[in-house]
Amino acid sequence: MQQNPTQQNPMPRDASQHAASQPLKPATSYTRIAADGQPYLEGSRCAECAAVFLGSREHCGRCGIRAHMQSIRLSERGRLYNYTIVYRSYPGIKVPFISAIVDLDGGGTVKGNLLEIDPDPQALHFDMPVRMVFRGAELATADGVGHVAHFFVPDGKLP
Amino acid sequence: MSDVYVVGIDMIRFGRHADKTVVQLAAEAALLAFDDCGVGIKDIQALYSGNIGETMTGQRTLQLIGQTGIPVVNCTNACATGATAFREGWTAIKAGLFDTVLCIGVEKMAPGMIVKKKVGNEPLPAEGLIGSETMPAVFSMVGLEHSRKYGTTLQQFAKVSVKNHHHSTFNPKSMYQKETPLEEVMGSEMIAYPNTKLMCSVNVDGAAAAVLMSEKRARERGLLGRAVRIRASALASDAWSERNQVMQDVNTVSRQAARSAYEMAGVGPADLDLVELHDCFATAEILHYENLGLCADGEGGRLIDDGDTALGGRVPVNVSGGLLSKGHPLGATGIANIYEVATHLRGEAGKRQVKGARIGLTHVVGLGSACAVHILEKV
Repeated sequence: MQQNPTQQNPMPRDASQHAASQPLKPATSYTRIAADGQPYLEGSRCAECAAVFLGSREHCGRCGIRAHMQSIRLSERGRLYNYTIVYRSYPGIKVPFISAIVDLDGGGTVKGNLLEIDPDPQALHFDMPVRMVFRGAELATADGVGHVAHFFVPDGKLP
Repeated sequence: MSDVYVVGIDMIRFGRHADKTVVQLAAEAALLAFDDCGVGIKDIQALYSGNIGETMTGQRTLQLIGQTGIPVVNCTNACATGATAFREGWTAIKAGLFDTVLCIGVEKMAPGMIVKKKVGNEPLPAEGLIGSETMPAVFSMVGLEHSRKYGTTLQQFAKVSVKNHHHSTFNPKSMYQKETPLEEVMGSEMIAYPNTKLMCSVNVDGAAAAVLMSEKRARERGLLGRAVRIRASALASDAWSERNQVMQDVNTVSRQAARSAYEMAGVGPADLDLVELHDCFATAEILHYENLGLCADGEGGRLIDDGDTALGGRVPVNVSGGLLSKGHPLGATGIANIYEVATHLRGEAGKRQVKGARIGLTHVVGLGSACAVHILEKV
């Protein structure tokens, strides 16, 4: 049971501040950077049973068929399936934050922080439309400097 | 194949045992189980040891109580670790390999929140960046999914904690023995909505052990009088489910294990006199009412409202105080809940005795996931 590294500071507030220096690295194993520099999330779809997984994989965990997985680019639009509001986390993690489970249009389910809405059950509604955005990972964790990560925001309320 | 019996079983009082090592706690529980049935280390033909935090715990326990050279298997299966060790012992007797085995579950826990080990090749720790993976967050989501489907309320979840803390006031082996009124549960610190601090299980130190015997040996030793028959032992891993990759699913795995156990025992939920289920968080208990078939889907909230699962109700659940109040030393939990049910079947549970108990069920879930369900019967 390892300890999380504790908070360091100060941190740049936005990924754009890094843009001039060097390209940001993906924050997860399924974050990809397209040729045009735009980040996206990679998924895999089973050609046999159509199950969708996060990230790349060789074989299907649902039906067990071997070597029939297709790499796909996951959609950036979806709906809030479930959430919790986290008030106590590991040492050094800023709270409260909303941990959201989002069903993406076209398949796949992703977990991420839901931003730009009050962390209040009154403000959150199951199935509300949300949209994926990519920002500097240091927004959420001190370890994130130099990385780009996905977040969610209520749809139609982009900055 | 022989029926398998629990002939000796006991647990140490759960709590903080700072001055004792893991294997000292394990040894203490093993000797209590021996004394419960009058056997000694020389009677034991194999040891199945459940512990998450350390390695070779079984062998090191024998170094303290008798190194007889018997086979030792060390098991780890998250919170289903103890039950998995117990089941390995059952399997060996069923297979005819041995007539008498010892099963131990033990854990020492740091107080406070469990910090998950980093696994796989993710570039960054996920907590706080890709949502949350803390145990309270995981089980809060599990609860809110139930709210989404059936409108279950924060108050209904909180009532689970009120009930189990109340039960623990009758259990001298529980970590806490303290009433927690509804206002106190709902008003305590919010950890991850909707689970408040008093709706989270307590990380404590603990150990429990059981001596299992074949029918032949139990009869020869004259131990069938207080023995408890293992009617079913089922273990399942998580079958694929739609959102399992990002949101833990404790339902599918529990239903699968419960189905196998009922089938093996040839009994149904209506035959149960008591249940010890995996209330690692208050939210989880309501789901498991449905997963174990104690009520129809969507009726878990009503079950707690109506008092059906309280001591004296239709099917008392977690009369030990549950993980919420008795405490949750991960590796020990699976055998401790078998101890609780066995104690009721023997009619030895004192003030918390479920009257006339003949059949009971135990259930644990290890995240990741494993589920073990045992059905026990009074001989």
